Formats: sequence, structure tokens, C-alpha cells
Amino acid sequence: MAVGVGTSARVHVWGGSAASVYGVSRSRTERLVNLVICLLSTRRFLTAAQIAATVPGYEHDPDDAREHEAFQRKFERDKAELRDLGVPLETGTASAFDTEPGYRIARREYALPEIPLKPDEAAAVGIAARLWQHAGLAAAASSGLAKLRAAGVDVDPHATLGLEPMVNVDPAFAPLAAAARDRREVRFDYRVPDRDAPDHRRLQPWGVVCWRGRWYVVGHDLDRDATRCFRLSRVVGPVRAAGTAGAYQPPVGVDLISHVARWSGPTEHAGRATVLVTPGRAAGLRRVAVEVTCGPEADRLVLPYTDVDLLASHLVGYGPEVRVLDPPEVRDAVIQRLKEIAVRHDSLAVGQLSARSELASPAAAGRRAGSVSARSELASPAVANGRSAR
Amino acid sequence: MSAKAGTRTSADRLARLLNLVPYLLARPGIEIAEAAGDLGVTERQLREDLELLWVCGLPGYGPGDLIDMAFDGDRVTITYDAGIDRPLRLTPDEALALVVALRMLAETPGVANREAVERALAKIEDAGGDLVAAPVEVRLPGDARRVEQLRAAVEGGRALRITYYTWARDETTERVIDPLRMLMSDSRAYVEAWCRRAEAVRLFRADRIDAVTELDEPAMVPPQARPQDLSEGVFRPSPDLPLITLRIGRGERWITEYYPCERVESDGEQWVVWLRVTDLGWARRFVLGLGSEVTVLAPAELAEQVRDSAVAALEAYATPVLPGADPAAAVPRQ
Repeated sequence: MAVGVGTSARVHVWGGSAASVYGVSRSRTERLVNLVICLLSTRRFLTAAQIAATVPGYEHDPDDAREHEAFQRKFERDKAELRDLGVPLETGTASAFDTEPGYRIARREYALPEIPLKPDEAAAVGIAARLWQHAGLAAAASSGLAKLRAAGVDVDPHATLGLEPMVNVDPAFAPLAAAARDRREVRFDYRVPDRDAPDHRRLQPWGVVCWRGRWYVVGHDLDRDATRCFRLSRVVGPVRAAGTAGAYQPPVGVDLISHVARWSGPTEHAGRATVLVTPGRAAGLRRVAVEVTCGPEADRLVLPYTDVDLLASHLVGYGPEVRVLDPPEVRDAVIQRLKEIAVRHDSLAVGQLSARSELASPAAAGRRAGSVSARSELASPAVANGRSAR
Repeated sequence: MSAKAGTRTSADRLARLLNLVPYLLARPGIEIAEAAGDLGVTERQLREDLELLWVCGLPGYGPGDLIDMAFDGDRVTITYDAGIDRPLRLTPDEALALVVALRMLAETPGVANREAVERALAKIEDAGGDLVAAPVEVRLPGDARRVEQLRAAVEGGRALRITYYTWARDETTERVIDPLRMLMSDSRAYVEAWCRRAEAVRLFRADRIDAVTELDEPAMVPPQARPQDLSEGVFRPSPDLPLITLRIGRGERWITEYYPCERVESDGEQWVVWLRVTDLGWARRFVLGLGSEVTVLAPAELAEQVRDSAVAALEAYATPVLPGADPAAAVPRQ
């Protein structure tokens, strides 16, 4: 095989613009393209020496130790770049007598299979790739789409599906999804806001889940020896893969979504609370009420709820516009919260609140007690701290 | 340019060159300008790529071995491909990116032509083999019927009268809107529209649109109305909104995950957070709802409103419910 004949002739036709707009060696890219074509065209495994004698750009004197070493480094870098790109470089020997490894690229492994996409399907893929526009795997989505187009798929850039989600992922998404796919253990730091420092976690990830717009990873927590879900936005710093691929098997038929759905809280609204609201106010409660009875002084609403504290905090937000009648535990929780809030913010007029301390127990409601300071009754160390500083 | 960025550019260019031959092969006689636009490169870049490919080919590198192409004016046709007639298979990340986005699309409540999305997903998964057995599941719960109805209304091209609940002001209002588009962010559907009441482009959350009527008149979006850039999220606090400062306990640190905070300072056990709010009335309900471990540090006006609200509510509880105040209990006397 002759080396490099004809090449220079063509370069001259084009004016030999060796300096390109990319500022990177044009000859390197040219060498790599030729390497791919050469290895695709061969059935036999070609040794490094055979490749050097064939592909332009590897010319050197194999008997000169320094030149040979430089060639080997160059060839290693080129192989790494091809593998990074996803080029399936095969290694093997041409025959039982060969000792030196050779290389080739199996066309079947290299080529994207035919994907017979109809126009509406191609449009859907184009839209899907666009969803990543601002985040995460945007570059991978567009290079993937570029390959489909190179395979002859025409994508209508103006197609729409009427309603398109914007796909946003946390930085931990790609490494965790890859580790779950490869069944490879990961380590990461995890910060829960109500703790002061992140925890170090070791996890065998089973999969990544998007639930209600947030991303989670589900897997076997090696330190807790139990199934755990982690929110991706709480992963701090890099996700490091550890150990070998295929190190474990997720449980057969595991339902990732249900793990996260269970973990992220109940959604049944079995409880019913009855409240009075000021006419024309508390629009937010009226929308969710299952029953509304209007009266001249107040309207009566029946509200579905799951959790007493959640409902109480929601109702407290409406201040005097809402008064809880039933059940007593919701009423008590609301009163307790109101008292604590009033005390926390009473530095402007402490005296005004002094008479309300009787509300500590519902039984005492309606009776006027003396002038026990609300501050003395309710101030906890935390409250005192909160008020004294700044 | 750093060494790393240089390597990246070279890898990107190699990927593009390996794609370019099959791309052109599938489109004989394509205009160079069209191909450049399609591939997201300038015409100059594309011509440089073609120059480079033109000197590459099969070992031997003679006239019959090199990649060849024919030019006809501004059009190009590949006449010899030297064996790179197919693009490279998808990388695991590429397969993941396409499959996850398609699953997201297929899961979107009220999306048009879901069936095409599902067919495309099946074909991509099929072509990707093991690569796309991506352990990624997506569930976007939502009221598909409501979203479907809204989408149909938006596509109808008419102005809409909606009953809308504004959370920031806790009020339900009627307004006429001229829809621009529907979108979905963080699992929530929105109608983006020109609001004739606000005389501005507004986002309306689908689950807060309590009723919708299509009007006889067509939607008339004023020429200055443009969809907003939502890449930074749906709520972008602007500096002219009121800034509130809260001291929060350990149990309320979740606020920093749910609301965009301008600043968070740790003061030992307690944190101090700065937030922009659209409305002080909203801030009052928000702070009251957060409960006992939150103190308003600023503005003083908000601290007063919070305290006055709590005191007034407590006063009401201190008084028994008067007969007749409860409409259900007010039974006519015999």
C-alpha cells in the first residue's frame, strides 16, 4: 500500500489552507478520519506498524527509538479519542501466529442501524431533542439528533405538539443514570437542609426517576442496608463511580416510581375540616372546598385534608379571615401556631398580647384570665434567641 | 483556548465530519447553505469540512480511493463515500438524552399526538438496543383532561375568557386573554398569553384556571408581545420586587430549596434568608403559614402585618361563635 500519494495534489487544488478556523491541527483530524476509514475497510486486524505504514500522518522511522515512542504516544491518543467518540475499536490478532495485537472496526458495530421514522415520529424526536435546550444532556441530544439526520431522517424544525415540557436535570443526573445503567456503585455527598453538614453516602443505584418535576435516584443504600431515595438537587459535588460494572442486580420488576411516590408523601385527602370564612375572602380555600354554605356574616366551608399540621399551617396563613370549627385537633393546632407567631413578632407591642395566654387550652377559651405575660408563658429558648439577635 | 477545550473542538469536528458524508449521501444535490443551516455550522465551516474530507479516503489514497464530491453551483453531491456511508451509532449519552426527552414528552398530560411520540420512542429504543435500557422513569401527574381542553382552546386561535385564581393575591378574577402558547415547566402546565387586564404577557398555571370560555373573536396578540425566556425558571425575581428578610429555624430550611433566595446566611442553628416576593400580602400568608420558627426581620411593615393578623385571629377564637354566624348552624327558630 502506498502512503499519502495524491493527498498533496488535492490540497493544492484547494489552496492548502492548513490553518483552519478551529485553531486545532487540521492534520490530526485528517489523520483520524483516515484511520477510521482504514479500519472500517479492513477485515484483518492491522497492527500498529501496519497502520503506521498505511495511514498518512503516522510516518516515522520505526528503528529510531525516539521517533517510534512519539508514534506510539500519538497512536494511543488517537485510539482514546476514537473510543471517546463511541467508535467501537476491536482488538485481536490476525492469526494464531501473530503475537502483536491488531485493530479493526466492525461495520456492524459502527453503523447506526436503520431507524424507519415516519415524518410525525421524526418530528417528535426533533421536539424531544429541543427540550434539553437549556440543560443537562443538551449537547448529547443534539449530536444524537445529528446522527439521525445523517441517517437520512428529515426533521421538521417547526413542528410542535401544542404543549412541550422543558427538561431540566440536576448535574448529578448523567453520572447517576449511567451508573444505574452499568450497575455500578456510586458515592456522593448528600445535603439535607435541616442538617448542618452533608452526609457521605454509598449507593447501588437502580434507576433515576422524575416525579412531579423533581429528580430522584432510587437504590440500595449500602450503609443503611435498605432501599432509599435521594433527591438529585441535594447531591453536593461530584458523583463518583466505585468498583466494577455489573456488580449487583436490582430487584426483579422493581417499581421505581412507587418508591419515590411513597417516599414523597401521601396524596389521599380523607379528612374533613369545617371552617368559617369572611364573605368574599379566602378564595384559595373556596376553590378546594367540597361544600360551601353561604351566610350573611360568614360562609361555611368543608375542606378535605390529609395532615393536621399541613392544614393548620395553610389555614393560619389566612389570619382572621378563617376560623376553624372542627375537628378540635385542627383548631388547637391553628391556635397554638397563632400564639407562637404573635409572640415572636410582638416586640413592637408586648402589652397588647398579655391577656391572651388563656388560650393555651381550649377549655379556658372565653374566660378572661389576668395579666400573665404571653412572653413568659410561651418564650422558649429558641424564641428568645430568635428575638435577641440582630 | 485551553488544551481541554482544544481537544473537545477537535473531537466535535471529527464527529461532525463522520456524520457529514452520510448526511450528504442521503441528500444528493443539497444547497450548501441549506446543509450548513441544518447542521448548525456556517457555510465557511462547512466548506472547510468538505475540503478536509476531500483529501481523506481508503488506503492507497489515489484518485479512486478518496472521498469525492461533485459541485454544481452552490449544490454538492457525494460521488464516492470511501465506506463511511452510515453515521456512527448513538453513544450511551445520546441515547439517554433522546429516550428521556421522549419519555418526558409521552408523559406530558395533554400533549398532542402522543401516539407518534410513543411510536418514535419504541423505534429509538429498538435501534439503541441495550444502550437505551435507560433506568430512567418519568411520571408527570396532572389533570390531563383540563390540560387537553386548554390546549384545544389555545389551538382554536380565539381569545379566551378565564376564571383565574391568583395565588399571590389570593383572589379569583375573570379576565380575557389572547393565548401565545402552552408550555410545561417543573411538571406544571402553563398558558402563556397576552392578558388584556394586565396589558402584558403573563403565565397562567393550568391548575389555577378554574373555568375557560372561548370567545367569538380571534386572539389578537399585540405585536410587541413576545414569549418570555423561561430558561431560568418560571419565577425570575426582579430587583424591583419587595425584599423580605426572615430568620428561620432548622425545620424551615426547606424554604431555600423551594424559593429562589437572594441570600442565605447561617447564624448557627438559625438561618437568615432574603427573598423577593411579588406581593406583601402573599408574604404575610406565607410567613403565617410557616409557623412558629420564623421571624420577620424586615420589612417592619410585614412584621406588623403578621403580628396584627395573628392577634386578630386569636381575638376571634377568644370569642364564642355567635348564633347566626355559622350559616349551617343557623336553623330557623320554632
